[in-house]
Amino acid sequence: MNTVAIDTAPAEPRKFLCLEEAHPHNGTLLGFWLYLMSDCFIFASLFACNAVLGTSYAGGPTGHDVFDLPGLAVNTALLLISSVTFGFAMLEMARQRKRAVLVWLAVSGLLAAAFVGLEIHEFVTMIAAGAGPDRSAFLSSFFALVGTHGLHVSVGILWLIVLMFQLGKHGFTEANRRRLFCLSMFWHFLDLVWIGVFSYVYLVGVLR
Amino acid sequence: MPDRPAIWNFLLGRLSLSSLPLDNTILVWTFVVVALGGAALLATITYYRKWGYLWHEWFTSVDHKRLGVMYMVLGTVMLLRGFADAIMMRSQQAVAFGSNMGYLPPHHYDQIFTAHGAIMIFFVAMPYIAGFMNFVMPLQIGARDVAFPFLNNFSFWLTVAGVVLFMTSLFIGDFSHAGWLGMPPVSELKQSPGPGVDYYIWGLQLSGLGTLLTGINFVVTVVKMRAPGMTLMKMPMFSWTTLCTSGLIVVTFPILTATLFLLSLDRYLGTHFFTNGFGGNVMMYVNLIWVWGHPEVYILILPMFGLYSEIVPTFSGKRLFGYSSMVYATASIMILSYLVWLHHFFTMGSGADVNSFFALTTMLISIPTGAKIFNWLFTMYRGRVRFDVPMLWTMGFLFTFTIGGMTGVMLSVAPADFLLHNSLFLVAHFHNVIIGGVVFGVFAGINYWFPKAFGFRLDEFWGKMSFWFWQIGFWVAFGPLYVLGLMGVTRRLSHFTDPSLQIWFIIAAFGAFLILLGILSFVMQIYVSIRRRDQLAVGNDPWGGRTLEWSTSSPPPPYNFAFIPMVHERDAWTDMKKHGYQRPLEGFNAIHMPKNTGTGVVLAALGTVFGFAMVWYIWWLAVVSFVALIAVAIVHTFNYDRDGHISAEEVSQFEHTGNWEPKAQGATA
Amino acid sequence: MLLLPALMLSGCNLVLLNPAGDVARQQSDLMIASVILISLIIVPVLIAIGVIAWRYRASNERADYDADWDHSTKLELVVWAAPLLIIVMLGAMTWIGAHQLDPYRPLTRISAGHPVAANAQPLEVEVVSLDWKWLFFYPKYGIATVNELAAPINMPIHFKLTSTTMMNSFFIPSLAGQIYTMPGMQTVLHAVINKPGNYKGFSSNYSGHGFTDMRFRFLGMSQQDFSRWVAKVRAGGSDLDRKAFDQLSKPSRAVPVHYYAHVDADLYHHILNRCVDPGQVCMDKIMAIDANSIRAAHGSDADKALSGNPSMTAPAHDAATN
Repeated sequence: MNTVAIDTAPAEPRKFLCLEEAHPHNGTLLGFWLYLMSDCFIFASLFACNAVLGTSYAGGPTGHDVFDLPGLAVNTALLLISSVTFGFAMLEMARQRKRAVLVWLAVSGLLAAAFVGLEIHEFVTMIAAGAGPDRSAFLSSFFALVGTHGLHVSVGILWLIVLMFQLGKHGFTEANRRRLFCLSMFWHFLDLVWIGVFSYVYLVGVLR
Repeated sequence: MPDRPAIWNFLLGRLSLSSLPLDNTILVWTFVVVALGGAALLATITYYRKWGYLWHEWFTSVDHKRLGVMYMVLGTVMLLRGFADAIMMRSQQAVAFGSNMGYLPPHHYDQIFTAHGAIMIFFVAMPYIAGFMNFVMPLQIGARDVAFPFLNNFSFWLTVAGVVLFMTSLFIGDFSHAGWLGMPPVSELKQSPGPGVDYYIWGLQLSGLGTLLTGINFVVTVVKMRAPGMTLMKMPMFSWTTLCTSGLIVVTFPILTATLFLLSLDRYLGTHFFTNGFGGNVMMYVNLIWVWGHPEVYILILPMFGLYSEIVPTFSGKRLFGYSSMVYATASIMILSYLVWLHHFFTMGSGADVNSFFALTTMLISIPTGAKIFNWLFTMYRGRVRFDVPMLWTMGFLFTFTIGGMTGVMLSVAPADFLLHNSLFLVAHFHNVIIGGVVFGVFAGINYWFPKAFGFRLDEFWGKMSFWFWQIGFWVAFGPLYVLGLMGVTRRLSHFTDPSLQIWFIIAAFGAFLILLGILSFVMQIYVSIRRRDQLAVGNDPWGGRTLEWSTSSPPPPYNFAFIPMVHERDAWTDMKKHGYQRPLEGFNAIHMPKNTGTGVVLAALGTVFGFAMVWYIWWLAVVSFVALIAVAIVHTFNYDRDGHISAEEVSQFEHTGNWEPKAQGATA
Repeated sequence: MLLLPALMLSGCNLVLLNPAGDVARQQSDLMIASVILISLIIVPVLIAIGVIAWRYRASNERADYDADWDHSTKLELVVWAAPLLIIVMLGAMTWIGAHQLDPYRPLTRISAGHPVAANAQPLEVEVVSLDWKWLFFYPKYGIATVNELAAPINMPIHFKLTSTTMMNSFFIPSLAGQIYTMPGMQTVLHAVINKPGNYKGFSSNYSGHGFTDMRFRFLGMSQQDFSRWVAKVRAGGSDLDRKAFDQLSKPSRAVPVHYYAHVDADLYHHILNRCVDPGQVCMDKIMAIDANSIRAAHGSDADKALSGNPSMTAPAHDAATN
């Protein structure tokens, strides 16, 4: 097929250069999405460990002994609602309302902070009860997975605070809008991972 | 913790004077040589007042070409380090027979083979491929830079951070002795309480993050920044393989990060992922590390396949045969590489069904790989093949790699692997494909693209010397290992009892010596070429190239292309030459380019300090450096002013003074 | 010049190509068969590399030249189909071989043409890799040896293998392919030796500083000689109880052959379950407790089966792990 293309060289000379300045597409959102996919693989590895080690209690406590499902329901609700409020922030951004965006962001951040606080409380309680990460492979995998998620949420909160400053200072510049989109993807991604953690680690962990 | 006042333990963690390996004469002398050499280098730079130049033009540069060159320099420096390890192992094995214990006690020998493997993969092969992808890919797709120039600089310095930690372990404390993959139980705290494994972990975590960012960066670059008209199926093969390799990096390096993270949890927090008791499971580490480890070897070889796919058509004066089948082969290798990891441990007792499955997927990879070999052959067929140095290396690759492929298929036959696993046959095999595939490719690529990067060709005589020493040295060094493997000799031994084996190890050591001459010839080649650079000067297109990088001057201007090219066909530059393309000499516009920044250097330096503090349990320093790292990163995000301009006048000046050679254009096309 | 390597090769013992045990023999045959199969395609390719490079060298003006010839559906088909065919054959061979020679599968033949007798009892050997030596239990005879293994020829051997701390690989190239030994886990290997002799055995998986010296000898002998060997072990050996094992399991290098005439009956079981130290709960018991707590969790009484077992409730990381 290529030979054909060459045999029939066009009569008028081909244009080989773009004489006006080209503006390549911005790849930040794609790049950030790729980062999230790679993060998925970190979580996948941790989930795999939990699947393998989930019943290696080493004679120690089981999921049934250590998981506080009602507390967890509150926790999960906090995180899911923070995703919704973040969505409101994005809607307000579309309407160019800076104050409303900042308020919704603050609400999301506070909800997430409450989530992290409850998680820390859960960890401290478990460790005090002798169910720390060094007790058994099951608990190691639990702390690693849930802790990694919690760390992500904490980074998200830090990022959110920084971004609120930047929004307050520079408003909805193109760069800021892009950053808010990225953080929004990050926020929802962590929610999705949490649904996995909640149903696989906690619910299945209690049931098996 | 050493026995001393508590304040010292707080300030220095477990670091003390006894951490310095003063009792090891080899290391002391190495240190003396490195220190003198380093001091001489620093003094020279200071004397010629080049610090400002280096900092402003290179270290802080976000130019993909500069970063590419720095990666290549890094890879070459580390090649010397990794090869020093190799020659020590070869000489130890050649003499350590019977009552002669050799000159390396096991605890030193074990560190050397660990360092050799880890350095050659992470800090030689990876920088080299990152260097090629950086330098070549944006030029090939007609872009001005990569998608995230700052991240690109940061990635490079993260790799350097890993190198710094690895090299520090040579003189402060010791290095891991757990093999290049750091397998537990050997790498667990109980068996390796020293700082060695921690150096390994933090060195790889830092450089691994850099590699991941490179992968993301290049996928986005290829997807978003191709010149107008360059559809995916018109993209040069090297850019295709860059895309596939980067994609593989994105999906595999996180697994390495996670695995090493779990190992560090075991070592720092006493968790039980891979321990022997409390429900830990060693086999999980073996699986996870190879889920990353096998795609990793394809991460290394795919760009080299791409590079050969550029060199063969260029030096055959002909289009690449079977372009689309090359693309499909690359893509299927990329996917299959993810499904074969268990063939690294058929002998762990996974059962016949599992072993058979992974044996079959492994064999399947040889089909697209075989198709590629055929396609290169058919590209030469009915061509006019010029055996310049890059093509010589390619021929060496075709020959060597094909044989390596054959022994690979032998190893993939699961029942036969029960005999060959962990033997020197295996060692010979993977050196056969990695040296034959990756290292030969690196030299082919350096000889091929060096004129583009610097405006002068590499000396041919020393290039050929280097090629023949490597080619012959490789077979003299690894042929005996194949034989020894069939004699049932296993790997990683530091001493032997059976005197009948010795002759083979002596031959192998001689082969390593020949390879040393090959490396020295390469260094000589660079030196001689720099001295003779005026005679060796070339224009934009010294080889009769076919892709866009040859359409711009050598070296390319900072903005690569004064006007973004428009692509109509594969082999876009050949197409331009064929249609009598004349480059414009006026009418230039100002060009947006990102500004250089030192943030990447600062972040990576803080990362290095953090890693060092973690290795030595200096907790206060770890906290301080980590907080500083986050703070610098945040401050960096407050800088919105990242672009600069290159004015139309400057562009015009570059276009008029660059290395062009109109008469070379179309000479061979 | 070319003859030189061939001459040297004939002088040395390529044990993997000429093993003395039937399992290794079959594995070796598969290896050779795979070389022949793959040579069908590799050899022509190697020749083609040379021929094409020579014929189409730039200085050869007589060769045809077609700069735009880049596609041929027929050739592409061949290029993909030829390796595929070879791989299909090789794959079939591998699939069958992997199942027939699965180390977990009891032997069906002693050697080509000699099936295992229906009533034949295999020789049971329990193998433990220690830092850095090998311990072999013969449960039927109540003896054990360090760094020396013996078996009568033409009798199936059933190895059960484990390790104390490190991951090793049990390998006697003349006998059969290797298998990993791992702490707290048991792997299995079935093999048979067909010729009497003194063979090399070793660990082929790196396991720390003493790994180099982790060698043992494997003696294939006639049934009478084997009986004599057992008697010799009984006559010249010491006792192997938990205490002696503690001593033995301390890391040591290049350990000479040692015989044990009497062995604690359940010592291997304790090693496998990581409870040689009486303070440790055996892993099989812990697993039973774990399984039990799952059941208990779903029953009415969620209390731990563990309550009477103080040693298991304290997180004794340092002492108990590894």
